[in-house]
Amino acid sequence: MSWAAVLALAAGTYAMKAAGPLVLGGRRLPPGVTRITDLLPAALLAALVAVQGLTSGGAWALDARAAGVAAALLVAWRRGSFLTIVVAAVVVTAAVRALGG
Amino acid sequence: MRQAAAIAVVAGAFALSFGVLCSETGLGLPMTVALSTLVFAGSAQLAAVGVMADGGTGAAAVLAGLLLASRNLAFGVALAPLLGGRLRRRLVAAQLVIDESVAVATAQPDPATARRAFWITGAAVFVPWNAGTVAGWALTGAIDVEATGLDAAVPGAFVALLAPRLTSPAARASALGGAAIALALTPVAPAGVPILLSAAGAGLGLLVGRRRAGVP
Repeated sequence: MSWAAVLALAAGTYAMKAAGPLVLGGRRLPPGVTRITDLLPAALLAALVAVQGLTSGGAWALDARAAGVAAALLVAWRRGSFLTIVVAAVVVTAAVRALGG
Repeated sequence: MRQAAAIAVVAGAFALSFGVLCSETGLGLPMTVALSTLVFAGSAQLAAVGVMADGGTGAAAVLAGLLLASRNLAFGVALAPLLGGRLRRRLVAAQLVIDESVAVATAQPDPATARRAFWITGAAVFVPWNAGTVAGWALTGAIDVEATGLDAAVPGAFVALLAPRLTSPAARASALGGAAIALALTPVAPAGVPILLSAAGAGLGLLVGRRRAGVP
């Protein structure tokens, strides 16, 4: 990560946040744009979960972290809070490692 | 406003995991703090640093972060009628346009309460978010990340961010598509690229949404 990358990310994010309040005023975006910005986070977040939970160093891996992510998914499915979900991932991963997983 | 207090605690905990990730990726404290104050978009920051941690390029990291931050465009537009006033005020308000402040503001019954809720929630996230980032970064050396399972906090946070978004069939299709694309590409594509291309999973969601709406 370079300072240029940090500043580019900051500028780009701010531009997106500010477009509504500063530029659009009360006008609306076309429905197609809103539909895509609604669906993008689901695709990207699921990809991040899959890559961080099931891969390691560019290869598929089934390890303690995968168990932690599975626990997080289970708690999320049971409607656990944000904090409970994160704690489940951490505790289960640590437990599996302690058991030599 | 009990809601804002609960959100503040969660933000602090989430920020801890971000701070840990940054220091493990080799980012210095100034850069880590700059990400949390200037970018101030949790999932975008995590995605960008996560791509770097996997060995991706800076450009891939920035793109991944911006794609995740794109929903803020829709948020800002949705909130624009609330965030009027002087230019300086709107410039500050824009930085506080995040999932939490938007969610709490849009749940209020009238514009005046919504405006107050937006500012209170924004501040209730901003302070612990930055404090948590610094704490996470500073604690990394002092704790064994592997033994405590703290490296699972970041994917855990992603699960927690994803879960409430899976309410519609279109969103679920997007998630499945994104995960499948990323997993399939990880062994063959450079780090960060599978995450970027997983955005195409949203296309699957669009198709599913159209079919259910009965649009040819």
